Amino acid sequence: MCRLNSIENFTALQERLIAESHPDTPTIVIPAGTCGQASGALNLVLTAQHEILSRGLQNRIRLRVTGCHGFCEMEPSVLVEPKGTFYPKVDPAGMRRIIDALLRNDVVQDLLMADGSSGRNYENLGDLPFFRYQNRLLLSQNEKIDPLEITDYVKLGGYAAFVRLLEHNAPGEIIDELKQSGLRGRGGAGFSTGMKWDFLAREKNGKGKYLVCNADEGDPGAYMDRSILEGNPHSIIEGMLIGALATGADKGILYVRTEYPLAIKHLGTALTQARKFGLLGTNILNTGISFDISLIKGAGAFVCGEETALMRSIEGRMGEPRQRPPFPVQKGISSLPTLINNVETWANIPVIFRIGAREYASTGTGDTGTKIFSLVGKIKHTGLVEVPMGTPVRELIYTIGGGPSGKVGIKAVQTGGPSGGCIPAELFDIPISYEGLSRVGSIMGSGGMIVMDENTCMIDVARYFMKFLMDESCGACYVCRKGTQRMFELLDDIAAGKGSLEHLDLLEELSLTLKDASMCGLGQTAPNPVLSTLRYFRNEYLEHIEHKRCPAGVCKELISFSINELCTGCMACVKACPEGAITGEKKQRHSIDQDLCTRCGACRSVCRFDAVDVQ
Amino acid sequence: MVTITINGLEVSVEEGMTILEAARFFGFPIPTLCHHEGLSPYGACRLCVVEIGEEPRTKVVSSCTYPAENGLKVRTASERVLRARRMIIELLLASCPQSKIIQDLASAHGVSHQRFRQEYEDCIMCGLCVRMCSEQMVAKAIGFRGRGTNRSIGTPFDVQSDVCRLCGACMYICPACQLRCTFNEPEKAVCNACANFQPPCIEQDRFHDMMCYMDPCVACELAKTP
Repeated sequence: MCRLNSIENFTALQERLIAESHPDTPTIVIPAGTCGQASGALNLVLTAQHEILSRGLQNRIRLRVTGCHGFCEMEPSVLVEPKGTFYPKVDPAGMRRIIDALLRNDVVQDLLMADGSSGRNYENLGDLPFFRYQNRLLLSQNEKIDPLEITDYVKLGGYAAFVRLLEHNAPGEIIDELKQSGLRGRGGAGFSTGMKWDFLAREKNGKGKYLVCNADEGDPGAYMDRSILEGNPHSIIEGMLIGALATGADKGILYVRTEYPLAIKHLGTALTQARKFGLLGTNILNTGISFDISLIKGAGAFVCGEETALMRSIEGRMGEPRQRPPFPVQKGISSLPTLINNVETWANIPVIFRIGAREYASTGTGDTGTKIFSLVGKIKHTGLVEVPMGTPVRELIYTIGGGPSGKVGIKAVQTGGPSGGCIPAELFDIPISYEGLSRVGSIMGSGGMIVMDENTCMIDVARYFMKFLMDESCGACYVCRKGTQRMFELLDDIAAGKGSLEHLDLLEELSLTLKDASMCGLGQTAPNPVLSTLRYFRNEYLEHIEHKRCPAGVCKELISFSINELCTGCMACVKACPEGAITGEKKQRHSIDQDLCTRCGACRSVCRFDAVDVQ
Repeated sequence: MVTITINGLEVSVEEGMTILEAARFFGFPIPTLCHHEGLSPYGACRLCVVEIGEEPRTKVVSSCTYPAENGLKVRTASERVLRARRMIIELLLASCPQSKIIQDLASAHGVSHQRFRQEYEDCIMCGLCVRMCSEQMVAKAIGFRGRGTNRSIGTPFDVQSDVCRLCGACMYICPACQLRCTFNEPEKAVCNACANFQPPCIEQDRFHDMMCYMDPCVACELAKTP
């Protein structure tokens, strides 16, 4: 493909691609993001390729390997276009049957996803409750795009918004429209993106300005940025190009965590293709405007997601935050004005300018637009869900997520990663918005949502997050380094039954100091998991302290396993016990030697008769 | 010149001054551990926190890194500040109780005991030695490694650094190991490293760069051998 030399060239190419696209050709779409590949999507791709080639079906069936569609629980899945038939958990044999059926213009009924209540099968992707109640403004593009093909993105109307803005070249209007859209930073803090761009545009500097895409997504259980990076890398590039046009920046940096190799590969390819097309680099489409993006890999530190630490990391120094002011917009990378936005924010930009700010702003209540959440934990349907702002938490968990995965009810949901808080089930009617979540002591964060049921111990949860933060604190400021360590020690004591009421007072005092005196956001928000669990689940703390009991049956020092009369003597637990602590004859009730038992819970997870009690 | 208000007193200060410099200039005491006039501000110990802004939207920042801005309202000893400061001193006391400087700080702020698991660490990672080495001695022989609780200071790969001139400046400036090096009475001190500009023990080959962080201290080892 040769370089496009003018705006007319690009428009002509786009029109030609759309005309030649033949959307009616049967197409097998296989999501093969990191999640899909881990569950075996590449095997499906190989099978499909083999079938198509060996049977000479190249002209009748097309194959598209894409990024994640969001329903990670059901992967490896297959989507058949143009009908939109969705097959969950497909194996290679199933793949062959799908191809056979496709040739007959038929559907393999027994491979479809069954509706638990009516016994009917869901045929279309859009019929599934998981997808039906979403508003997939960003994620729906993932199905239609092969991330390694720039033409797929252009065919979908990609880069058209940028080229249109390039033609008019009115930076002020771009920023005004962005402000109208009401877009707020999707990285967590929720600062108005339009305002941020305005600040950068106003910075006068002859030496250049930086735009940075913060793709250092490190929250445990959060992976929405990864799915965009892997599935739709050009949307980020287009977003950054529009940003460059509006703010006058000339250098862009994609800061991707090194733990995302597939995302790095796809972004690298996308950058090369965009440069070859003349959409990136010097003299874009011969308009005289230059902007290039370089890819920088992180080195595995969570704190480098904090913007000042990220800038230092880009400069090649140790990833440690510094106090603001000066803000990055005033003094950023190499002392040049710098603007940092999150992946999802950048991906929203082309959508806003494609559909128009007014249309975009009509989505959502409270805040505008949609937000992607990664729904994980003790929930039936895990995956990525994109809902309009203002959707109640309950709808996300019960309608889309399908409710609890186990036998017990859902107790709480943790949002916003380690800096967020737990929302108890009785508050599930609150709308998902920046203010709504912060009112109940949590934050929007980047969009992690961990669902917990009655078998989750909240002290254990708080302790887990505190351990994470203790390990990930950069250690430069004393309050954060020692404070997280001490909080972890206190929680550890409580979980081990060595806690006292003074522990709780000390935890609260320490939390206040961490919030006030830490240098960066990591330390300032570190106490949130503790404070929110203390606020809503104080009883659990008291139970651990006063009665030395873990109500959820999690804290190993405080529980014991025993076998009740439901035991059929099947020997499954005897075989499963790694310590040899369970004795018993076949068809006789087994018993556990408490001295040998390490409370690993292996017996409980293999028992099919609910015969293992935990106290 | 910029005008700021410190504890209700309106003052004019040089542009580019930090809150800490301004406050100290006008006689408001702010305790520090990681700050030194000859070195760049670092903001690590957090002892110098002050409250800025107006109710109800005030925030607590470290004064050593915050520039004095026109119209800024600063309180150097509000309840919120003192609460944070006392907790920081308690944390310091829990980790490094043997330092005379930390003991003095605790006594000045009325912190008489600490409620955490007692540790005996020699280093509080204030970074004074690292900055001293790079900014004043222009050697850059030592630096930080690791993160979180695994953070430590030393030479690259823990081998004797080629650029270290054994000047002893790192030990001279260390606030935590002072007691151990000079003892309470300088004449009885074990190594006198901090009192003498040229410590006697640094001629030892076995000594790397960081005497105070060696376990046991090279100086003490010397004293033990006849």
